[in-house]
Amino acid sequence: MGNDILMTVNWSRAQFALTAMYHWIFVPLTLGLSFLVAFFESIYLRTGDESWKKLTKFWMTLFGINFAIGVATGIIMEFQFGTNWSNYSWMVGDIFGAPLAVEGIFAFFLEATFFAVMFFGWERASKRFHLFSTWMVAIGSNLSAVWILVANGWMQNPVAMAFNPDKARFEMQNFFDVALSPTAVQKFTHTTSSSFLLASLFVMGISGLFLLQKRHQQLAKRSMVVAAVLGLVSSGFAAFNGDESAFHIAHRQPMKLAAMEGLYTGTEKAPIVAMGIINPDKKPGDNLPAFKQEVVVPGMLSLLANRDPNSFVPGINDLVYGNPTRKIVGAQERIASGKIAVAELAKYKEAKKTGDQSGAQAALALFNQHKDDLGYGYLNRPEEAVPPVPLTFYAFHVMVGLGTFFPIVFICVLFCAFRGTLENHRWLSAICFACLFLGYVASQAGWVVAEVGRQPWAIEGLLPVGVASTAIAAGSVKTTFFIFLFLFTGLLIAEIGIMVKQIKIGPEA
Amino acid sequence: MRAAPRELFAFYRDGFRSMVLGRTLWKIILVKLFLMFAVLKLFFFSNVLEKEFRSDAERSAHVLDNLTRGASK
Repeated sequence: MGNDILMTVNWSRAQFALTAMYHWIFVPLTLGLSFLVAFFESIYLRTGDESWKKLTKFWMTLFGINFAIGVATGIIMEFQFGTNWSNYSWMVGDIFGAPLAVEGIFAFFLEATFFAVMFFGWERASKRFHLFSTWMVAIGSNLSAVWILVANGWMQNPVAMAFNPDKARFEMQNFFDVALSPTAVQKFTHTTSSSFLLASLFVMGISGLFLLQKRHQQLAKRSMVVAAVLGLVSSGFAAFNGDESAFHIAHRQPMKLAAMEGLYTGTEKAPIVAMGIINPDKKPGDNLPAFKQEVVVPGMLSLLANRDPNSFVPGINDLVYGNPTRKIVGAQERIASGKIAVAELAKYKEAKKTGDQSGAQAALALFNQHKDDLGYGYLNRPEEAVPPVPLTFYAFHVMVGLGTFFPIVFICVLFCAFRGTLENHRWLSAICFACLFLGYVASQAGWVVAEVGRQPWAIEGLLPVGVASTAIAAGSVKTTFFIFLFLFTGLLIAEIGIMVKQIKIGPEA
Repeated sequence: MRAAPRELFAFYRDGFRSMVLGRTLWKIILVKLFLMFAVLKLFFFSNVLEKEFRSDAERSAHVLDNLTRGASK
C-alpha cells in the first residue's frame, strides 16, 4: 500500500474511531437510563408516593439532556461511510441499507410520539398512559440499536450472504440468518446489558455524590437501591453473554482471541492472563517472551474457548504461519489463495467486458473456490493479519477487570441499604462516584476490543480496511477529523455543563 | 373527530411553550443539525459514488476496478 493511501486509511480509521467513541458516550446511557426511569416511574405508579415522581422526573431530565446532546451523532458515521468508506459502503449496501433506513424511521416516529408524552404529558396524560409511554421510549430506544449491532455482528462474522461479482456486492441470502446469527445476538445482548450496567453506575455515581454532599439523601438512597439491583442483574447477564461471545470469537475470529490474551504460541491447557505487562518488542515468529510480567490461571483460556480445560487454543503464530499438526491454515497460505481469488475476479471482469463467456465462467469457477480467502489476497505479508496486540490485550483486561469489580460495588450498596447504613459509609459513596467514570472506561474499552481486535478487517477475512476505504486526499480526511474533534469537544463540554448545573439544582427543579 | 388533531396540536404547542431547560437543548440540537447537514454534509461529506457516477452499473464497475487493481498490475 502506498504511503498516501496508508495515510488516508489511517486518518479515516482515526476519524471513524473518534466519531464512534464519541457516539458511544451517549448511547449506552440512553439505552440504560431509559429503563431505570421506567422502573422509577413504575414504582411511583404502584406506591402513589409523590417523592418517587420527583425522583423519576429528576432522572428523566438527565436522560433528556443526554439524549438531546447525543441525538444524531450516529448520522455522522453514515456520512463517513459514503465519503471515506465508499467501497465498503457499496459492497454491503444490499445487506444494511434498507433495514437501517426502516429502523431510523421507526425510531423517529416512536420518539416523536412517546418522547413527547414522556416529557410534556405529566399533567395531560393519564398516569398509566404516561408510564406506558416511558416504557415505550425505553423499549424503542433499545430496539433502535438492533440493526446497527446486527450489522456490526455481520462484519465480524459474515454469514448468509453471497458475493455478486457483477455488482461487486455482498447480497443477503437469508434475512433471519443474518439477524439471528450468534455473533449478532451476542453483540446486541452484551451491548444492551453493559449499557444497563453503565446507566446503573451513572445513577449510583450521582446518588453517591448527593450522599457525600448530604443532599437529597432519600432520593439518592432510593435511586441507588434500584440502580444496584439492575446493575447486579445486568452484570451477571453481561458476564454470561460475554463468555458466550468469547466462545464464538474463539471459533469465528481466533486471531482476535489470541490478541485479547497475548497468546503467541498455541497450546493445550491454555492459560488466561489475569494480569500482565505485554513485551512491546514482541513480534509474531520471534523467540522473545510475550510478557514482561504475567499472572496466569492455567487451563482457563481453553475452557473459555472450547469448554474443555485441556483443549488446544491456537496462538498468533499458528494463525499467521499455519500449524499442519493442528490442521490450522495460516494467513501465509490464505494470502496465496486470496491472490488467486483477486486474480480470477480480474479475469472474470475482463472476460465479461470482451464478451468471452467461457473465459468468464472458468474464471468465476476458480474464483468461487478461493472466495472465502478474498480479503487475504490484499495482504502483502502474513503478519499484516495480526491486530495491534497490546491495545487489544489491555482494553480487554480493563473491561473484564472493571466488569468484575462493579458487581462487588453493587453488592456492597445493597448490603448497606439492607442494613440502613448507606449514608454512613462515605467511602462507598466515593467509590460509587468514581464508578460513574469507570463505567465509561469499561464501556469504551469493550468497543476497542471489538473493533481493534478485528483489524485489519472491515469484513472479517473478506475485506481489509485498506480496500474498504476511498482513495481521497489524506489532507481532507485530516481536516474533517479536527473539525469533529472541536465540534465533539464543544458538545461534550456543553453536555457536562448542563448536566452539572441540573445536578446542582437537584430534584426540586 | 376534529377535536383530536386540535388537541394533539395543543399538546405539542403547550409542551414546547412550557419548556425551560428544553429550550437550551433544542437550540443545541438545531445548531448541531445545521452544522452537520448544512456545513459538514454539504461541503465535506459528499457521497463519492453518488457524486462521481451516474448509474449503479458505473458504481459497480468502479468498485470492481478497486477490488482487482492489485491483480491487474
